[in-house]
Amino acid sequence: MNIFDPQGPIAAADATILVDSVAIMLAIVVPTIIAIFAFAFWFRQSNPRAFYSPDWAYSGRIELVVWSIPALTIILLGGVAWIGSHQLDPAASVQGTGSPVRIQAVSLDWKWLFIYPDQRIATVNTLTVPVGVPLNFELTSASVMNVFFVPQLGSMIYTMNGMVTRLNLRADREGTFQGLSAQFSGDGFPEMGFDVHVVSPLAFPDWVKSTAQSDRVLNADSYAELARQSVVTDKAAFRLDDVRLFEKISTQKLPPGPGPTLVTESAQSYLGAGHAR
Amino acid sequence: MLGKLDWSAIPIDKPIPLIAAGVVLFAILAVLIWAGVKGHYPYLWREWITSVDHKRIGVMYVLLAMVMLLRGGTDAIMMRAQQTVAYHSNGYLPPEHFNQIFSAHGTIMIFFVGMPFVIGLMNLIVPLQLGVRDVAFPTLNSVGFWLTATGALLINVSLVVGEFARTGWLPFPPLSELTYSPGVGVDYYTWSLEISGIGTLVAGINLVTTVLKLRTRGMTYLRMPMFCWTTLASNLLIIAAFPILTATLAMLILDRYFGFHFFTNEAGGNVMMFMNLIWAWGHPEVYILVLPAFGIFSEVVSTFSSKVLFGYRSMVLATMAICIISFMVWLHHFFTMGAGPDVNAIFGIASMIIAVPTGVKIYNWLFTMFGGRVRFAVPMLWSIGFMVTFIIGGLTGVLLAVPPADFLLHNSLFLVAHFHNVIIGAVLFGAFAGYTYWFPKAFGFRLDEATGKAAFWFTLVGFYVTFMPLYVAGLLGMTRRMQHYDVAAWRPWMIAAGIGTVLLAIGVALQVLQLFVSIRRRDELRDTTGDPWDGRSLEWATSSPPPAFNFAVLPNVTGEDAYWRVKEHARRQDLDKREPDYKDIEMPRNSPTGFVCAFFATVMGFALIWHIWWMVGLGAVGAFATFVVFAWRDHDEYIIPATEVARIDRTNLAARRAALDLAGIAQ
Amino acid sequence: MTETTFAYAQGDPHRLRGIQQAEVAHEGPAPKRIVTAYGFWIFLLSDIVMFSCFFASYAVLLGQTAGGPSGAQLFDLRSTAAETALLLLSSFACGLASIAADVRSARWFQAAMALTCVLGLGFLILEAREFADLVGRGAGPTRSAFLSAFFTLVGCHGLHVSAGVLWLLTMMAQVYAKGFRADILRRMLCFALFWHALDIIWVAIFSVVYLIGSGA
Repeated sequence: MNIFDPQGPIAAADATILVDSVAIMLAIVVPTIIAIFAFAFWFRQSNPRAFYSPDWAYSGRIELVVWSIPALTIILLGGVAWIGSHQLDPAASVQGTGSPVRIQAVSLDWKWLFIYPDQRIATVNTLTVPVGVPLNFELTSASVMNVFFVPQLGSMIYTMNGMVTRLNLRADREGTFQGLSAQFSGDGFPEMGFDVHVVSPLAFPDWVKSTAQSDRVLNADSYAELARQSVVTDKAAFRLDDVRLFEKISTQKLPPGPGPTLVTESAQSYLGAGHAR
Repeated sequence: MLGKLDWSAIPIDKPIPLIAAGVVLFAILAVLIWAGVKGHYPYLWREWITSVDHKRIGVMYVLLAMVMLLRGGTDAIMMRAQQTVAYHSNGYLPPEHFNQIFSAHGTIMIFFVGMPFVIGLMNLIVPLQLGVRDVAFPTLNSVGFWLTATGALLINVSLVVGEFARTGWLPFPPLSELTYSPGVGVDYYTWSLEISGIGTLVAGINLVTTVLKLRTRGMTYLRMPMFCWTTLASNLLIIAAFPILTATLAMLILDRYFGFHFFTNEAGGNVMMFMNLIWAWGHPEVYILVLPAFGIFSEVVSTFSSKVLFGYRSMVLATMAICIISFMVWLHHFFTMGAGPDVNAIFGIASMIIAVPTGVKIYNWLFTMFGGRVRFAVPMLWSIGFMVTFIIGGLTGVLLAVPPADFLLHNSLFLVAHFHNVIIGAVLFGAFAGYTYWFPKAFGFRLDEATGKAAFWFTLVGFYVTFMPLYVAGLLGMTRRMQHYDVAAWRPWMIAAGIGTVLLAIGVALQVLQLFVSIRRRDELRDTTGDPWDGRSLEWATSSPPPAFNFAVLPNVTGEDAYWRVKEHARRQDLDKREPDYKDIEMPRNSPTGFVCAFFATVMGFALIWHIWWMVGLGAVGAFATFVVFAWRDHDEYIIPATEVARIDRTNLAARRAALDLAGIAQ
Repeated sequence: MTETTFAYAQGDPHRLRGIQQAEVAHEGPAPKRIVTAYGFWIFLLSDIVMFSCFFASYAVLLGQTAGGPSGAQLFDLRSTAAETALLLLSSFACGLASIAADVRSARWFQAAMALTCVLGLGFLILEAREFADLVGRGAGPTRSAFLSAFFTLVGCHGLHVSAGVLWLLTMMAQVYAKGFRADILRRMLCFALFWHALDIIWVAIFSVVYLIGSGA
């Protein structure tokens, strides 16, 4: 999950900006740190060779330099930020080879559901995508806020119930990578890691076909089952019955996931058993 | 009858909180019993609990902060230990417990360590530096302190009775809504902060009014010490920002208690609105913490370089610029929420702009050392450690302000390392610097130098060993708040951070040890003149500790570095032998209002958390009655007769003259 | 007071009239009355910041009626007008009370304060009736985010007025028991500032919430 090992153009661009920004700032920071040590050491009380100007409190020239150095650095970095923010806007589409794949991601407690509306399939905690193809993500949450993040493919984006966020990525090399949620979402949060399989553009349709033959169907009922608070270990694959399932989730036609069902016997009252919804 | 409260709220089946609660209760009982046996209660009640003296209240704030540092630090040790061992393993802390610990850690460190520490130092020192007798509203000052203590108490009660929030230190909805957090944890959090928030607001009003309306004769704004300027800026931020926190938490409370829909998933609630509101408070909050620290460093660097502060007006301008700009950057906390490139870029650039006045301050401290005579006393060590550490933290902060970089690093351990870098590097180091620097003023003896230096080095090295690995882990993709993980690449960095935590813990332990050693050696470390560091501002013109009235006669100020001029003048004039014209001094009377009011606030807070409505009513009536009783008081003040003032002052002046005689006055 | 104005107008705020040695840049700590009023103004500013958050949330949630009623369907502008009149008149009565305190007339002070109290209570009664009516029609604060924001903003103001009434009664009792002592006069000054500030916030509420909200 190394940010400095990007596998797609978005991640690569993000990482480049990161490195460049650090380099620009180090050019100022390193001399300043050296000066701090140097001045403190040279002007120590026990150094008889250092001059002592107890009342020297102002120098216009130094003030000018001291305001200018940070200001110029910030102007440069500001330009990087402006250009980078626009070029790497998550909602901006990415170029690639082949027709784009639409993926609708839903964060649940505590798993990820990936719906492929055009392929009529869905998977849990595993994302399979073809290499080099633009990936158009639409994201929402079934319950609480989460953040969809595949460090080696690029930018992260929030998922929120009742809303749809957008992200565009592309994977440029085949392999298996890791994704996770970057927003704490409750007791099962550490389990929200998922696999990202980047396969060749020929292998992808084969995978789609075999998944579409799954005996499990994703509809309102199986979705409600998934939405209950639980941690899953099997990477389930579904046929997609209802192409508009994601729309129903993101517009709350399918209600948000329920909260905790209390299983511990102790501390029932203060955990809110009396207020279970 | 008792709302949601019943015996199941006590964690009998959970060993770790049970043991922790047992230890804390035992410690508290031991202290209370010891104080009682030794007969200290009348003294404590008369001199400290009901005191409205800013010096006493300041000391109590700092004491609260240091005690809570131990609690917050213990949480930190537990978290680091868990992350060190929880690789392909569930560790020793189950998720519901780990999640409470990291939430409590952040909440305690920000609200009950950082805030009280800086507010305490400001309370203690600002009236002395301004040459006046007390803050603008002394009794209100006491109320503010005790309400803050109430908040701290409630959070600690959650360890024993019930649970704490499991949402992180900021309770983002919908996770913090009743649906997903049905327990009392979030309620402990919200009520504790609503109550202590009133305390903080009161302190803010008090200190702003003091700085703007209560300065001694001749002290114009541009003759105030830098610490007073940063106090002004920080407290203006408190007044402008804390009401936002009050309102936002109130909305969350209404959602949880009455089924309102501000932030729920259903019925049109808006989660993004919470993010905006809470960070509109949250960003100014960190500047509230850091600005007083900057002020402390200005004082310390100047004093221990034996040189006037470089670029005073520039520093004032930079301080006020930081104050204003800090309100314009809040969106950088959620670049990844999808606001769009224009909005993201604007807020990113605004966040970078704030680095400019901050950088100017660093350079001005640098040039204060230039041409000075630097003494490496403990406060100066903290200052130099701060300068280097804060620059690194600032670098990572400006990096995170570049939205595309943030798209990879948001909520990662890189972020965690960044904010610990700046908070520990600036606020904690500044707090320790100020604590060491002004300890003799408050208590009349210096702190032991050797343990102080050891504490500094362990804390400094411990900080780097703990948090530099976290930067790396963040760059390797590790996100924050993970109770366990399976990625092999992260493991070595977690182990390194664990080792660093041990060093940090030793550093804090040494700070505590230093206190005991210093108390034991206090006669050797005694400060007889009131000016142990050759200081430059007016607090050093008083004895250590100062008399209740601070100054027998309010000083007349003719320039910056007011006390330095007095000393130069005194040295040249062979210390003016004329006595000032002593008059009767009116001082505010002590009052139990603060303590009693806080007692009722604690009752109300606890009752609100557990839905014990009749107790809420009782608490509210009690609090109101307390204020009415206070309003009915006939004698607000007591008089110190001129003869008594003269006697105290002559003793202090004699001690000071004796010390100057030893040092040799004639040029 | 004319002397001060004259001095400011002539650019001589410290009335030095050209005396060299009197040229002190800062006179020293301000007197108690000024300090108290200044601190209370700052508190009022902080309270206004808190209200702005509720105004902001109202603006954000204005359209979130969750299929339920909107402002246009709910607000009775006649009641709002009556509430406004009562509150404005109560501010006037409070002003009379302040003048009575200035001239130390206990009788007129108590009368004016009682009038302020009655008018304030009238406002609260009308507002309570409005709230009860809305809840009765199924338009309570739990119905939708818009209604949550409405009830909170207007309710917060109402709570402040209620606290003000409690304060008012306490001030009446204080003057009755102890007369026009300096510290009681300072508190009266703060109370008056508070009451007038509530009036100003009400003007903002009926403009933003009721007038603009009715059009939504």
